[in-house]
Amino acid sequence: MMLDEETSDFSVHKSLDSESVDRKRQKIEKPLSAKNLINAEPFYKTVQNLHLWNVSFIDIVLISSPMGMLGLPFLTRAKGFSAKVYVTEATARLGQLMMEDLVTMHMESRQFYGPEESGFPQWMKWEELEVLPSALKEIALGKDGTELGGWMPLYSAADVRDCMQKVQALKYAEEACYNGTLIIKAFSSGLEIGACNWTINGPKRNIACLCSSIFVSAHAMNFDYHALQGNDLILCSDFSYLNAMEDGEDDNFSAPATDNFSTLRDNNDNWDMITESLLDTDENLEEMEKLVFVCSCVMDSVKAGGSVLFPIGRLGVFLQLLEQISFSLESSNLKVPIFIISSVAEELLAFFNIIPEWLCKQRQEKLYSGEPLFAHVELIKQKKLHLFPAVHSPKLLTIWQEPCIVFCPHWSLRLGPAVHLLRRWCGDQNSLLVMEKGIDADLALLPFKPMAMKVLQCSFLSGIKLQKIQPLLKILQPKFVLFPENLRLHLGSWSTDSFSFIHYSENGTLRLPSFKDYAELDIAIDLASQLCWTKFKLENMNMARLKGELFIKQSKHRLLPGEEQVVSLRCRPLLHWGMRDLDNLLTALQKMGINGSVEQSKSGADSENASIVHIVEPSNALIEVNATSSVISTADENLASLVTQAICSSLDGI
Amino acid sequence: MVIECLVLGAGQEVGKSCVVVSINGKRIMFDCGMHMGYLDHRRYPDFSLISKSGDFDNALTCIVITHFHLDHIGALPYFTEVCGYRGPIYMTYPTKALAPLMLEDYRKVMVDRRGEQEQFSYENIVDCMKKVTAVDLKQTVQVDKDLQIRAYYAGHVLGAAMFYAKVGDAAIVYTGDYNMTPDRHLGAAQIDRLHLDLLITESTYATTVRDSKYAREREFLKAVHKCVGGGGKVLIPTFALGRAQELCILLDDYWERMNLKVPIYFSAGLTIQANMYYKMLISWTSQKVKDTYATRNAFDFKNVCSFDRSLINAPGPCVLFATPGMISGGFSLEVFKQWAPSEMNLVTLPGYCVAGTIGHKLMSGKPTKIDLDEGTQIDVRCQIHQLSFSPHTDAKGIMDLVKFLSPKNVILVHGEKPKMASLKGRIQSELGIQCYDPANKDIVCISSTHYVKADASAKFIQSSLNPNFRFLNRSLEGSSVLGHVDTTAMSPLQVCDDRVAEGILIMEKNHKAKVLHQDELLDMLREQKHEVKYAYCCPVQFGKFERTENTGLLSTRDVLPISDKCSLLHLLFVKVSNELTEGSIQEFGEHLQLQSFRASVCLKDNCPYRSTDSSHNISEAVYFCCTWSLADEKLAWKVVAIMKSLDANAM
Repeated sequence: MMLDEETSDFSVHKSLDSESVDRKRQKIEKPLSAKNLINAEPFYKTVQNLHLWNVSFIDIVLISSPMGMLGLPFLTRAKGFSAKVYVTEATARLGQLMMEDLVTMHMESRQFYGPEESGFPQWMKWEELEVLPSALKEIALGKDGTELGGWMPLYSAADVRDCMQKVQALKYAEEACYNGTLIIKAFSSGLEIGACNWTINGPKRNIACLCSSIFVSAHAMNFDYHALQGNDLILCSDFSYLNAMEDGEDDNFSAPATDNFSTLRDNNDNWDMITESLLDTDENLEEMEKLVFVCSCVMDSVKAGGSVLFPIGRLGVFLQLLEQISFSLESSNLKVPIFIISSVAEELLAFFNIIPEWLCKQRQEKLYSGEPLFAHVELIKQKKLHLFPAVHSPKLLTIWQEPCIVFCPHWSLRLGPAVHLLRRWCGDQNSLLVMEKGIDADLALLPFKPMAMKVLQCSFLSGIKLQKIQPLLKILQPKFVLFPENLRLHLGSWSTDSFSFIHYSENGTLRLPSFKDYAELDIAIDLASQLCWTKFKLENMNMARLKGELFIKQSKHRLLPGEEQVVSLRCRPLLHWGMRDLDNLLTALQKMGINGSVEQSKSGADSENASIVHIVEPSNALIEVNATSSVISTADENLASLVTQAICSSLDGI
Repeated sequence: MVIECLVLGAGQEVGKSCVVVSINGKRIMFDCGMHMGYLDHRRYPDFSLISKSGDFDNALTCIVITHFHLDHIGALPYFTEVCGYRGPIYMTYPTKALAPLMLEDYRKVMVDRRGEQEQFSYENIVDCMKKVTAVDLKQTVQVDKDLQIRAYYAGHVLGAAMFYAKVGDAAIVYTGDYNMTPDRHLGAAQIDRLHLDLLITESTYATTVRDSKYAREREFLKAVHKCVGGGGKVLIPTFALGRAQELCILLDDYWERMNLKVPIYFSAGLTIQANMYYKMLISWTSQKVKDTYATRNAFDFKNVCSFDRSLINAPGPCVLFATPGMISGGFSLEVFKQWAPSEMNLVTLPGYCVAGTIGHKLMSGKPTKIDLDEGTQIDVRCQIHQLSFSPHTDAKGIMDLVKFLSPKNVILVHGEKPKMASLKGRIQSELGIQCYDPANKDIVCISSTHYVKADASAKFIQSSLNPNFRFLNRSLEGSSVLGHVDTTAMSPLQVCDDRVAEGILIMEKNHKAKVLHQDELLDMLREQKHEVKYAYCCPVQFGKFERTENTGLLSTRDVLPISDKCSLLHLLFVKVSNELTEGSIQEFGEHLQLQSFRASVCLKDNCPYRSTDSSHNISEAVYFCCTWSLADEKLAWKVVAIMKSLDANAM
């Protein structure tokens, strides 16, 4: 048996209706324009080869963050899906809200594109794909032209409901027991509220699934890496290192990268140093600086009379920006309203204020002192912040004023209120659009060109920095580390004396080493006390036959006395070995007063060294003895039993 | 292994809950409460019993607090700040958030109103709470390498939890106070089916069985409505937290439905502030209340406003929530003094009042005058309504929980002595579970579960899990024994799957015990298996009559046709299965089989396993060669005996 569980994380990679493209490498083609984009109902893409999977073979799905849940209905609605889906309570709620919002926005855009004629969109036809500009074709078909099958129409509200029914929501560090054998627990990863890393403890191995994690978070509970200690194997699936490095080059406002790693190398053994370096506040300061920078840009815009649009990306970033901006407005005494426009805005913001269990220390302190967990509660009360379900909400029109600051979905700029507002403001040079890194801005903004509006792209920390991986693994002390093949080179050369790497790549199946040949077995005392022991001088060991009922619960094997335990003190051995020579047997017989005469058998071809012992007193009997068996033949039950005793006494047995 | 329980408080009484449990070298203090009925040293648990020297850090592994009521947490600041305990303390998030309010409220009442010297200061409370680790429900907390604790929802008050603690193989649950039925704002207690050596449960209502709550809620609302309808004032003395919110949800909802405009007041800032906490902690309430979080948080009361002292004697009806609940002092007493003399007014009393408080005096009979202190006497003419919905479980709930968990032992705390004794009797007689009701300072020792640890091989585990089907053919037995009996009731073929784990336990010096499957043993020892078998060629005398009848001619014995062989075998089969009482022998064409016993017709003239000393008439006999192995020795000889004796039976 190999690993029983399938762990997978789903996230919608692109909610591309269409467009995308970066500036051509082939200069032959004309630059893309809005006309090139496909004008159709949006399609979505999830894990590339999901459609090639037999979903009924998946036993367990672990979700690590609200974002990582957006593709889940694609899986749960598949025929034959029967896996257990584990997710933290907070992630489940946030993920559900995000999915519902996505469905609402999608429905709206569908009204715009009109009812679909058939299940198969026009743009997917080959003749249409053929004439696409190469950049768009690459997006539609993938680099090697195999990805067309990955595009899916969005799930429905019913699919989301159905998905949520299949989800098992867990509390922080709650033990979920799968099938009696695996214990699954979630610990905060620091990335988002509710985002987590998983540990899987089984009888054969303990695994930690390490996802994108942030050591010190300004909103969510910190990365609880201590809880991942003592696992045999660590599955590293934090892919943010790569992004972080790519971004590094053209990062406008990142503080100089602090490289504590070089100093660390000299102090390998100093654990405090390692811990310190993991929890260094530079990272946090850097993030704060970014926020402050964004705020200053926002202030500049509103002061100049322009409005600011934030497409909502990561929820944590959104919450921090919201707080920071309202603080900046306050301190510069600006009365600029902030709007949040989303079908789930009210529920989302209310929810953030009722989950202290998943927040960072500073915010938990607010709970203890009876203050709201986030600033937005007060902002709403003071009517500085307004929540609306949609741009066409009647109430919005009555209080709308510009300049204003708006947070709304969707970061793809193809769906939701963001599209309307961008159309309104794209010609205004004082207005500002703040986007997160990771989207192709040129492509995303193509429909709105030419743009006078300012665009600020910023990247916030979204995972473990590469230079922290090694000190982290040192602390976690696994035996094996599963690491993405494509990041292998970035790791550099490490002295990995304590653990070894196994590299994995997409769509490959790995067979994990098993760390324990033996499973831990608990034997009930009342069973153990009834055992009858046999001593073996030769091997210097004691043995006993064990009989009971085996129970598996909470990943523990337990042997309890069986129900019909007829206290069988019948200690008679059932398994024998070690027939060395006949003399022992004959002596034993003699002691019982039985005399036997030995005849070397020559007949039996199978029994090479068979001997036959004839007994005539007290009655007729015959014993055939060879290395692997003895056959007793007599009509006399008593004699048979005596002979048996004699044979057993000359053998080892249990 | 022994679990030792030292009861420091709430032994055969209600107040200062505190039990210290030692399991496998770990020592946990559950709750650290104060007794509201005493003002001297008796108000605190006798901590000296934990450690004579006062070195509590080494004497205790951790402290676990179940909820924020003072009789469960009241002594904690004293213990940490005055006695100097610095080890870990665990409680749920709501308890950590709300406990300081309770403690500070109490401290103020003691110091400001009674002018008593303070036992601990406000700073002490703050410092104490800083040492607390908050936990979520079901969060599995590894206190140290060996000790694991986990909180389960207990109802009762916001954040109340039952705590599970496990060290090695021994596990216990300490319930704190709990409620097995949901109320207006909290859900019912919930716990997993755990293997427990010990359950320590509260027993406030050890003998009471309560009916539905709704009737009592209606009664309460009717009484309040009648009073305000007649222009009277309603005083609801209550704990700031918990009961106040429950009743408020009830009244707010009723006001809404009946369109009442009479003001509902909360005294002082305390309870309004408390509502703020309740709003943030709404996920700890019942599902119904929880679901309101987005639209209108159920703790945003519409009809509630805060009270001002000047309103005490303002004309017109009103409803006032005031602390403390038992009218033991503070604002509720101040208002009580003013309102009690008027028949129009109404005072409600909580379900439980500590002896010595005014609440207690009002509960016991209906006094017309109450002596407050020397020289102060209050005329009591107002109506009294006793609230009987207490957030404690009733006797049925306790029995249900004990039955559900089926622990090996039960200890009752937090109850009244005679009632506890009666409940103890029921638990022992009805559930057959050992039960104790220790007094304060008593120690109860019980033995704990312990397992012998061994390494089991994969083959052993697998073989133990393999299905072990046995098919019992009922129809056969039924028809042969009972003829044509109605067999529809029982399926003709019964399948049992009794999985038996069989293996060999090996102990070697300086090695961990090992469990192997039998087949693995010899490989390990590098030995060859030696089988002990039996062979016997058994003569069987079929009666003449039957032989001709059933098998026809047997003229040429040497070349017995196969059909004859089969029919002889079948004949033997019928005979033997008629006689055999244990097991059922089966027929497999060429041979009969029962476990390892096999019998087949022997045609050899000179079978080595044939005994020659038989006294039977050999010419008449048919020989069956039988073999079996050591395991079935007894059974085999029984079959052989039957075969040998067939002759006699047949004739």
